[in-house]
Amino acid sequence: MNNRLTVLSSPHLHSRESVPRIMWTVVACLIPAGAAGVYLFGMPALRTIAWAAVAAVACEWIIQKLTKKKITVTDGSAIMTGLLLAYNLPADVPFWIPVLGSIFAVAIAKHAFGGLGQNIFNPALVGRAFLVASWPKYLTVFTKPGYDAVTSATPLAMLKEGRLAEQIPYLDLFLGRRAGCIGEVCIVALAAGALFLLIRGYISWHIPASFIATVGIFTYIFGPKGFFTGDWLFHILSGGLILGAFFMATDYVTSPPTARGHLIFGVGCGILTSVIRLWGGYPEGVSYAILMMNAATPLIDRFTKPRIYGTAKRKKATGTGV
Amino acid sequence: MKSLNELIKGLIKENPAFVLMLGLCPFLAVSVSIANGIGMGVAATFVLVCSNVIISAIKNFIPARIRIPCYIVVIATFVTITELVMKAYSPALNRALGIYVPLIVVNCIVLGRAEAFASKNNVRDSLFDGIGMGIGFTLALLLISGIREFLGAGKLFSLTVIKSFEPALVIAMPPGALLVIALLLGFFNLIKGRK
Repeated sequence: MNNRLTVLSSPHLHSRESVPRIMWTVVACLIPAGAAGVYLFGMPALRTIAWAAVAAVACEWIIQKLTKKKITVTDGSAIMTGLLLAYNLPADVPFWIPVLGSIFAVAIAKHAFGGLGQNIFNPALVGRAFLVASWPKYLTVFTKPGYDAVTSATPLAMLKEGRLAEQIPYLDLFLGRRAGCIGEVCIVALAAGALFLLIRGYISWHIPASFIATVGIFTYIFGPKGFFTGDWLFHILSGGLILGAFFMATDYVTSPPTARGHLIFGVGCGILTSVIRLWGGYPEGVSYAILMMNAATPLIDRFTKPRIYGTAKRKKATGTGV
Repeated sequence: MKSLNELIKGLIKENPAFVLMLGLCPFLAVSVSIANGIGMGVAATFVLVCSNVIISAIKNFIPARIRIPCYIVVIATFVTITELVMKAYSPALNRALGIYVPLIVVNCIVLGRAEAFASKNNVRDSLFDGIGMGIGFTLALLLISGIREFLGAGKLFSLTVIKSFEPALVIAMPPGALLVIALLLGFFNLIKGRK
């Protein structure tokens, strides 16, 4: 195989990047947020993360073994799916919740569509949507950090039910001292991982920036006491927005490849998230917003086809030159 | 012998739901419980057999251009009979099946067999074709509604099977129907591919 002459079109640039390298880097960047979650919610969080990751990897291995495909469990994509799924779950769930979620994510959302690179929807989010639709009573009970087995509603749920008695300090939201899913609460840890990915160029700023900015602007405009009275910072810091915008909306497989496509994708996610939060039935809408925009990705790709290198711009080219 | 073949083909080889992929709308919508599945299957089978026989009998008198409206009139007659009988003797089932009973009129299996089979074959073959297709449809409904009732509600024939089992509600909802049929089709294609 290696002796065969491979003919490729220029330019020939060798890159050290590969799928496993990128995947493992993303996994590493997710670790601070998970560690913060374990610190805040205790051992149940660690147990949930471990079950989800192990189940995802085992499921991928079994499927590839059964279908006699190349075993690629070491490329880090399965463990990333498991981690992201666990980060989207409350800490104190029975062990079979993360296990079934991971199996559904890997088997149905990923491998039924043809494996890595073929899936339409983000597997971790499909797993979460399946769990929320199937066992809502486990997925809507959150423990308060620092207090064992004391349940509490998330800030967004309190806001939805009109029970947000007093303002939660922004610093608490920023550090993660609030009820929520394991990986979404600690904004500092998420931001640290995201910053590393941005510097390395593994994700571009377009999707996260447009996503978060749209949510901020939208929730500011449509505030509770009339136009331009919204608490935009609260909406950005609570819920799964930061986790979703940096780690899930930017999934290579399920988001558009061009910068213009990224911006459309991010704005769409932002509008859908805000609409669900403000007027929808659920308190939080990040995961459904991303899934819906995943479905719209082929359409966005059609409208943002880049110009082929070397060809003229369609309209302006003749007008300006002469 | 030929009639027997017409009877058997509907069960597996040309199963209306899993192979011909006809009549999936009621198939997906009512397959929440086994009781609903059997009710739907029996109702559709009755309409299918009767309409197949009548259409096959009058096929030579129907002008080709308006044959579809004529089929619909025949089918609608039997659907009306079915619905009235169901309302009289089993109102609970009628409520559970709801709009999908009158919708049997435009069920693809019934119309499809009328157009593809009954209008080209004699009464006896059409009768057996109707019975076979009807049973095939009912068996398919039985399979999918059994799976959905067990996974989605933790029950079989409305009886709780395992106490500690926590059903996955999504299977009882519309996405569950699509998921289950997709996985079943994949499974059947896998078996077919092996042979």
